[in-house]
Amino acid sequence: MSVDLTRMTAAELAAKIHSREVSAVEVAQAHLDRIAAVDGEVHAFLHVAAEAALASAAMVDEGLAAGTAPASPLAGVPLALKDVFTTIDMPTTAGSKILEGWRPPYDATVAARLRAAGITILGKTNMDEFAMGSSTEHSAFGPTHNPWDLGRVPGGSGGGSAAALAAFEAPLAIGTDTGGSIRQPAAFTGTVGAKPTYGGVSRYGLIACASSLDQGGPCARTVLDTALLHEVIAGYDPMDSTSIDQPVPPVVEAARRGADGDLSGLRVGVVREMSGEGYQPGVRTCYEEALRQLEKLGAELVEVSCPHFEYGLAAYYLILPSEVSSNLARFDAMRYGLRVDQGASAEEVMAATREAGFGPEVKRRIILGTYALSSGYWDAYYGQAQKVRTLISRDFAAAFEQADVLVSPTTPTTAFPLGDKVDDPLAMYLNDLATIPTNLAGTAAMSVPSGLADGLPVGLQIMAPALGEAVMYRVAAAYEAARTAEDGPLLDRVPTLEVSS
Amino acid sequence: MSAEPAAAHISREEVAHLARLSRLAVTDAELDVFAGQLEVILGAVARVGEVAADDIPPTSHAVPLQNVFRPDELRPGLTQEQALACAPAAEDGRFRVPQILGEEA
Amino acid sequence: MSAPTLVDFAEVVERFDPVLGLEVHVELNTQTKMFCGCPTTFGAEPNTQVCPVCLGLPGALPVVNRAAVESAIRIGLALNCTIAPWGRFARKNYFYPDMPKNFQTSQYDEPIATGGYLDVPLDDGSVFRVEIERAHMEEDTGKSLHVGGATGRIHGAEYSLLDYNRAGVPLIEIVTKPIVGTGERAPEVARAYVTALRDLLRALGVSDVRMDQGSLRCDANVSLMPKGATEFGTRSETKNVNSLRSVERAVRYEMTRQAGVLLAGGRVVQETRHFDESTGTTSPGRTKETAEDYRYFPEPDLVPIAPSAEWVEELRGTLPELPWERRRRIQQDWGLTDLELRDLVNAGALELIEATVAAGAPAGEARSWWVSYLTQQANARGVELADLPITPAQVARVIALVASGELSNKLARQVVDGVLAGEGEPDEVVAARGLAVVSDDTALLAAVDEALAAQPDIAEKIRGGKVQAAGAIVGAVMKATKGQADAKRVRELVIERVTA
Repeated sequence: MSVDLTRMTAAELAAKIHSREVSAVEVAQAHLDRIAAVDGEVHAFLHVAAEAALASAAMVDEGLAAGTAPASPLAGVPLALKDVFTTIDMPTTAGSKILEGWRPPYDATVAARLRAAGITILGKTNMDEFAMGSSTEHSAFGPTHNPWDLGRVPGGSGGGSAAALAAFEAPLAIGTDTGGSIRQPAAFTGTVGAKPTYGGVSRYGLIACASSLDQGGPCARTVLDTALLHEVIAGYDPMDSTSIDQPVPPVVEAARRGADGDLSGLRVGVVREMSGEGYQPGVRTCYEEALRQLEKLGAELVEVSCPHFEYGLAAYYLILPSEVSSNLARFDAMRYGLRVDQGASAEEVMAATREAGFGPEVKRRIILGTYALSSGYWDAYYGQAQKVRTLISRDFAAAFEQADVLVSPTTPTTAFPLGDKVDDPLAMYLNDLATIPTNLAGTAAMSVPSGLADGLPVGLQIMAPALGEAVMYRVAAAYEAARTAEDGPLLDRVPTLEVSS
Repeated sequence: MSAEPAAAHISREEVAHLARLSRLAVTDAELDVFAGQLEVILGAVARVGEVAADDIPPTSHAVPLQNVFRPDELRPGLTQEQALACAPAAEDGRFRVPQILGEEA
Repeated sequence: MSAPTLVDFAEVVERFDPVLGLEVHVELNTQTKMFCGCPTTFGAEPNTQVCPVCLGLPGALPVVNRAAVESAIRIGLALNCTIAPWGRFARKNYFYPDMPKNFQTSQYDEPIATGGYLDVPLDDGSVFRVEIERAHMEEDTGKSLHVGGATGRIHGAEYSLLDYNRAGVPLIEIVTKPIVGTGERAPEVARAYVTALRDLLRALGVSDVRMDQGSLRCDANVSLMPKGATEFGTRSETKNVNSLRSVERAVRYEMTRQAGVLLAGGRVVQETRHFDESTGTTSPGRTKETAEDYRYFPEPDLVPIAPSAEWVEELRGTLPELPWERRRRIQQDWGLTDLELRDLVNAGALELIEATVAAGAPAGEARSWWVSYLTQQANARGVELADLPITPAQVARVIALVASGELSNKLARQVVDGVLAGEGEPDEVVAARGLAVVSDDTALLAAVDEALAAQPDIAEKIRGGKVQAAGAIVGAVMKATKGQADAKRVRELVIERVTA
């Protein structure tokens, strides 16, 4: 084959499919072949829906052959869906044994929008159980490996979606971001991932981790592809009470404009508290280089201070487990999912099932959340964490008075070896240091590739105010263009995976 | 009032109580591990108490929406077959569950 | 367990002051559930009124039913409460198989209505003011069927079967402040309060208020304190009180039981008790191992409710006349004695008569139909008057047909029978059964002539001046027309024919 369809961007594939230069079925098949070849090693997917994917692609081809306009700018392009969104035609597990084999009777709004847009869903991707984790090692179905170094983690919880992109198994993916689960894996795999404003993308059908923090979002290998996907999945949904009933920010236009490479007049806030100590030297080097490039693009760098961000991690690890302890109560063996028939009473069966069906990280957080919400501790823990949340929002508000976007490294370190932190919860939690404040405030942020440190990808985090996605994508696209012009696309340097025949 | 929590010590018995409340039949080995880990985690998250926040309103919802309602109109739901399709056990159109020991609701 | 020692009620009230607290749960009669678009109809096949939201499926999210909020606000206003300008739902966390999410979404410390009162009419015509602590919104649970036990109750059952049709039906919980100073009237006050509340809710049109179907449920908290004491005693909470009469009986029983415990030097246990309709007694539920800690926190999946002053005032404008005010007005309008009014109220006929009058019938006729013939029919069927399958509008139509002479009283009863038998509207029954009074002279004259020809001797008598003999001819005509002739007109025709 002269061109490798799996190496193309989603925008390129869409152009070829819509001009009928290649068929959507060919594109889907090329990606299914790639999955068959490399996923044994990467383990990005929990479920591959080859038949459904080809059938969906064939429908796109039929429509185009009949002269119908494509359903969306991404019609016919394949996508990997994080296994935390319900799908009527595929099992949905959220990475947990307690949901093994569950076939939801309904589609998540995100899944329904992808289908309506003619996007080919290749399958469901691996994740930390119920999106709790930063390495995908907490999946009940085994870890995902980072295509940059199979001995390392791809980040988490959306490690499967990020790895699928970096391994060229899919040009598009969907993730969810509760404390960094889109951005941290993007940083670890040299891909792009955006966490939209809370309420920007419907959570209906997104199996909840922490309801007040969860947000679905787009992942891809380029900023433009991410923006194209963003516009497909975002927008008001009456089924989600927290959905924002306002127009979706014009992120595609912003990404195209940003690619022109001019950021003059734009103020980029450099958060004083988000670099330096605790950040790996290679990460800091990449960050300083990114700041230099932003300045070169015409942006004005302003130092801003967000003094309460340092309490973000503590507040997050109280609010999240509290909501988790309640959200995961429904997995009780009564109506669906696993049932362990140990004990005579419903109470005993519930406890035995939850013990067998949940992994250690999930249990840890349920117990922690139950503690934080207990009457004697409520004020000191949950109540106080909610006040910290207010202070962090105020920090953001003050910073956005001075700057249009804020930047920081996405993560303190690059991808770490599998097994390194799995038994040290606190060390694992530190991964989310820079990403958590955005979730607590409900604002938008994304990660774009920002070079390599010791051969491993580093991410630049760009943060924007609520519904400020347009300026965020503009800066991301400008930075991406400038960095690529100097250094070439990062993913050109991802090691070639052994292809099994 | 200072919100500073008392030194975070969490006993094995306390973890066992929390596990019971959360319907987790944890093993003895897990109790030991969790008690140790939770103490470390609580020690770290207790930092939220360092912030003087007596006059700070709490945030429960990041985006300040209010009055989001649905009209009182029927929407198609699931059939009985769909509802019971994933049930671990069913009988006579109902979900079958082991005997309930708790309080009669 | 030994049977409790009961103390004579007169002695109870001589030595103790009862304190009541009543918690009433009302199922709203909205089309759909509190947080999803499933129907709320009572009695459907199990698990046919469910969706991902009310089954608590992973990923499903709640959205508040606007009509339920409006009902809650109207109830709050009718109870003279303050409507909270801002409030959130909370999650009440506890595991129970009839609750699909294992938390109940409920307004916890931010109820939509607080601090009101209800003026309750007592049997002797006096009024007792019950202070309302709060009214808040929440969702109902599913229903369990306990299989294998002797009694159908939970104890001793082998397993349970769950139906989630009821899960998520909107509930309003109305909680009183402690009701003190009732003395010997405590049981009556409890019953009268629930009765007044039921009438109020019915007038508001927000609920079916059927205690037998569980759309109105009452939990009665009762405690005793020695005469002269200022500190409340330990209370029990009695559940499963499914009729107005049971409210009264349950309170009375608890007073006599607790007095027995206290006078024997014992202590009342704070517990949930179960009322048994058949024996009129209460029995303890299973005691909980540890005090419940529901770990409430604001529901992140729902946003706050902040009713604007305009909205609240608009809803205030929709409040109906209060039931007791309306009764006073009706009593005057219809010229009823107190006794007559009470009989009508007790028979559940007042609203029906009023609606019949509203549909155009004279008050006397409307009253007569409902308290005599229709009451007989209801008794024969063993149902409440209101549950007869006939509407006030249909009764009004029958009355109108009699007034216009199209139906005789006898025929009118047959029309009502037809409506009750499901044969349709009164006019349809008249047509289908051919019941209209025959007042067409041509048809009648033929019958009159035929009867006169058959009995020439009687015709002769009439002609001879014995006008009363005409009765025999009229009777024959009525027989021939199967009673559908207008007897008065037949008589006129007979005289006319003979004397012509």
